[in-house]
Amino acid sequence: MIEIKDVEKSFGSNTVLKGISAKFEAGVTNLIIGGSGSGKTTLLKCMVGLQTPEKGSVQYDGREFTEMDFEQRIEVRKEIGMLFQGSALFDSMTVEENIMFPLNMFTDQTFKEKQERANFCLERVNLEGKNKLFPAELSGGMKKRVGIARAIAMNPKYLFCDEPNSGLDPKTSIVIDELIKEITEEYQMTTIVVTHDMNSVMGIGDYILFLHQGKKFWEGSNKEIAHTDIEELNDFVFASRFMKAAKKNF
Amino acid sequence: MNFTNFGKYLLLLKAVFRKPEKFNIYMKAIFQQMDFVGVGSLGLIAIISTFIGAVMTLQIAFQLVSDFIPKTIIGSVNRDSSILELSPTITAIVLAGKIGSAISSEIGTMRVSEQIDALEIMGINSPGYLILPKLIAGITMVPVLVICSMFLSIGGGFLGGTLSGAVSPSEYIQGITTDFNPYTIVVALVKAFVFGFIITTVPAYEGFYVKGGALEVAQASTRAVVISCISILACDYIVTQLLL
Repeated sequence: MIEIKDVEKSFGSNTVLKGISAKFEAGVTNLIIGGSGSGKTTLLKCMVGLQTPEKGSVQYDGREFTEMDFEQRIEVRKEIGMLFQGSALFDSMTVEENIMFPLNMFTDQTFKEKQERANFCLERVNLEGKNKLFPAELSGGMKKRVGIARAIAMNPKYLFCDEPNSGLDPKTSIVIDELIKEITEEYQMTTIVVTHDMNSVMGIGDYILFLHQGKKFWEGSNKEIAHTDIEELNDFVFASRFMKAAKKNF
Repeated sequence: MNFTNFGKYLLLLKAVFRKPEKFNIYMKAIFQQMDFVGVGSLGLIAIISTFIGAVMTLQIAFQLVSDFIPKTIIGSVNRDSSILELSPTITAIVLAGKIGSAISSEIGTMRVSEQIDALEIMGINSPGYLILPKLIAGITMVPVLVICSMFLSIGGGFLGGTLSGAVSPSEYIQGITTDFNPYTIVVALVKAFVFGFIITTVPAYEGFYVKGGALEVAQASTRAVVISCISILACDYIVTQLLL
């Protein structure tokens, strides 16, 4: 479980996060949604330590992350897997080498053991046999799936996904969403997905945190989101004609 | 670099020297970088050094037109100029362009494509993993390249001088072997060590803190080469002042 309390972050005079608190439970898919510039990615980066919040706390199963020194943070980060918006695969390494990289750095496994683990992770994301391809030879959806395979290689307790569906076609987006939900439930991970994809919201949003202008505006599940009367949330979720039409059926 | 940047540069260097996560992975990366910096630059350094030596000989011969000055001086002036100044400085400036821009653009591209963030999230000390192998390759291979450059520059002087008839082979050889002071080699190697440090760390710094996209990576790469060249020349003066 990850708990954030009163997180604040500013860039110069621009306050991006204004005292955000939330609890993200393990085994369910937690979504952070909001419009562009609402602070979703900044909140995610504050949670994983890529940015430092000015105020507030981030706790990983009771461990206060913001007060940890470098070595303690390294230990927590070994329990974190992250899928980046652009996949962030290492260009100079093959798919297999990308997945084996954290294993090479932090385990004493033999090459065969690491290769078996890489094969297992690739199988899990339906990319068997793509071991020797380089990132440049993969499609956008395949890159995301390799990113997920790399993220789960170390059996993480916490999985962060930054806009996993950006740039993907609707069918591939659903595949990625289902994959995230499956592995979250299977490994009982604490998964946090930053997204503004409404299919993801309605499909996998067990817990949804809606940010608006740097503030927490609403929290609930995908079953509740269609029945709120909060104008800002409705404007965001039902912005498209398709969603407006679909709202009647919720 | 203003003082803020210099402070950030020092903090980055501090992070570079943190204990490596896995020694054998760093060793592999160090050998790869040594191959890139050393073997990959040898051809270019050989061509430049040989021609500079040859041209130096012709210019010294042109300027020392006097019956009172023995022609053996051509060899000794070429030797000392090559060892003390031309080989270390020209090699460093050429490498700042070749290696420096590559380092800056490689690390800068990794920054803008979130690959450095991915390393951090995995719990890897990204400055150490990305910069330490390059730094070690720089401070070991630049002196090796400078030594090669010294030999080739003096050899180039021999070829240029004898082929043009500016100096006879025996006079040139007598010149380069007379009154040789081995301390000049020490000065050149100290310079090479310092230059190797600059060539790798300044571009790494510029790449590591790049923000934006392709344009900013290219700008950082250009800035890295310019700052490296100026730093090399400034350090060249300081080391020469201190050691000679």
